[in-house]
Amino acid sequence: MAVLELTGIAKHFGAIEALRGVDLTLEDGEVLGLMGDNGAGKSTLVKIIAGNFPPSAGQIRIDGKAMHFHKPVDAREAGIEVVYQDLALCDNLSAAANIFLGREFKRKFGFFRFLDFGRMYQRAGELFEELQSETRPRDLVKQMSGGQRQAVAIARTRLSEPRIVLMDEPTAAISVRQVAQVLDLIRRLRDQGIAIILISHRMPDVFAVCDHVAVLRRGSLVADKSVADTSPEEVTGLITGAIARA
Amino acid sequence: MSTSVEISDVTRIREQSWFASLLANQALWVTVAVALICIATAIEQPDSFATKNNFHNITRNFAAIGIIAMGMTAVIITGGIDLSVGSVMALSAIVAARLLESGFDWYVGVAGGLMAGLVVGAINGALIAHIKLPPFVVTLGMLSIARSLAIVASDNRVIYQFGEGGDTFKWLGGGRLDLPWIDGDVLPLSNMFVVLVVMAVIMSIVLRTTSWGRYLFAIGGNEHAARLTGIPVDRIKIQVYMLAGFTAAIAGILSAGYGGSASNGMGKTYELYVIAATVIGGANLMGGKGSIYGAFIGAALIFLIRNSLIMFGVDANWYDLFVGLFIILAVLLERLRGRTRG
Repeated sequence: MAVLELTGIAKHFGAIEALRGVDLTLEDGEVLGLMGDNGAGKSTLVKIIAGNFPPSAGQIRIDGKAMHFHKPVDAREAGIEVVYQDLALCDNLSAAANIFLGREFKRKFGFFRFLDFGRMYQRAGELFEELQSETRPRDLVKQMSGGQRQAVAIARTRLSEPRIVLMDEPTAAISVRQVAQVLDLIRRLRDQGIAIILISHRMPDVFAVCDHVAVLRRGSLVADKSVADTSPEEVTGLITGAIARA
Repeated sequence: MSTSVEISDVTRIREQSWFASLLANQALWVTVAVALICIATAIEQPDSFATKNNFHNITRNFAAIGIIAMGMTAVIITGGIDLSVGSVMALSAIVAARLLESGFDWYVGVAGGLMAGLVVGAINGALIAHIKLPPFVVTLGMLSIARSLAIVASDNRVIYQFGEGGDTFKWLGGGRLDLPWIDGDVLPLSNMFVVLVVMAVIMSIVLRTTSWGRYLFAIGGNEHAARLTGIPVDRIKIQVYMLAGFTAAIAGILSAGYGGSASNGMGKTYELYVIAATVIGGANLMGGKGSIYGAFIGAALIFLIRNSLIMFGVDANWYDLFVGLFIILAVLLERLRGRTRG
């Protein structure tokens, strides 16, 4: 059974039709590349899956169960984690503090509950080790490279046992060497059976890690193909509209 | 890539050594400045500065600012500001005094005064968190409103007849705790200073070791990110403005007790001293940064300057100039340190 199933998803903002009739399925451990030009509806679709706002029409099913998300935390509880384009990190906090933000380990002391720093540093260290990232839990995010910041945002998704991780342009603003690191991180998530939706403008990245590629154009899904059955040229044609549908 | 390093090796590494982070700590430098001013003044006026009485006086004088600075620090860490604290101080003092004047016992007066501070803070917080009005404007408006309410509630007179509960009420603000000292002597600490120290200890623990404290820093660092992680940002914002109102109310009630009267002019321009204390202590008005100890030592510095100027025989009218210089110096220091770090 598909871990994520979207049927007939549509979204209107007033008179603007951002998405219409989007059907999409995602299996466990599958990496889906979601592509499209600016304004094609990628971010809107991601925000609907992530619970930032509800769709105007259509249904989201997780493991066959219909879901209604009112806020991002609802989606997180259903096993959907998001790595936002801006990473949504607090620069003034440590890597560990960011990973655990809103889900801190606590220790009871009488009536009071205090942060359990030892356990959080330990767990954060384990997560970075799993991701084979050389990020240190106590470092301030402010002092980190783009790749390390990505590692923090990705490590955060591993805190729960997520089913689906949405990644919005994770390779857009980082150096070439760091892109390779981030793609490795994505492969490691996939190897643990997590389904991933990768939103990207970068064709090489999508073809490097994705199993499937879906293309949105002006709010409609115009292709959903196995990477093996398509080519960068065809995808480019689908994005620009040179190829109507595939 | 094989990792021969144990996790525990990495998790123990801090981004800066203990010593380096101490040097980068603004509160430390303010502490050094406080110590230097104390030493200089003690040399200049050995008979009057380094006395227990003067210690009692200085610590009492900065206690009111310090107490409010505890609440202000929380507000500033979230990226907000509360300009209404001086007026809330007066309003709370007047509410407490009017209750006492009309025959209620001291605890009713105190509760009423505290309630006034909490209500004003809740209104500030609700307008800022739910209607998304800028904190500067909301609390500037409240500065005016609370002052006006204080004047109306007092019939524009100074209230000094506290009735039955008056003695306890005056003791709360004016009393002292004698700490055992060497040679069977005592070190007199004003109640106000004791309250400040207790609050500072509690607030430090809360900010450093609870999730609520951490959320304040998260909201100040990246409010949008904080919201996405499910932190109840709006609720916490209301709580910090209520805390600021509450601390202002405590300061107002204690000041009224100490002075033996409540005047509706109490706490005028105090918001500026309070903000100055937190900024001198290392808080950043952009949010995400600030410390309780910093606010404490910043408040101490501001009042120590006044005391020392008097001791050195400098005209007291120069006082605010020195406070201003220290504020600018504090921000300048931070900028310089930021530059060297990268």
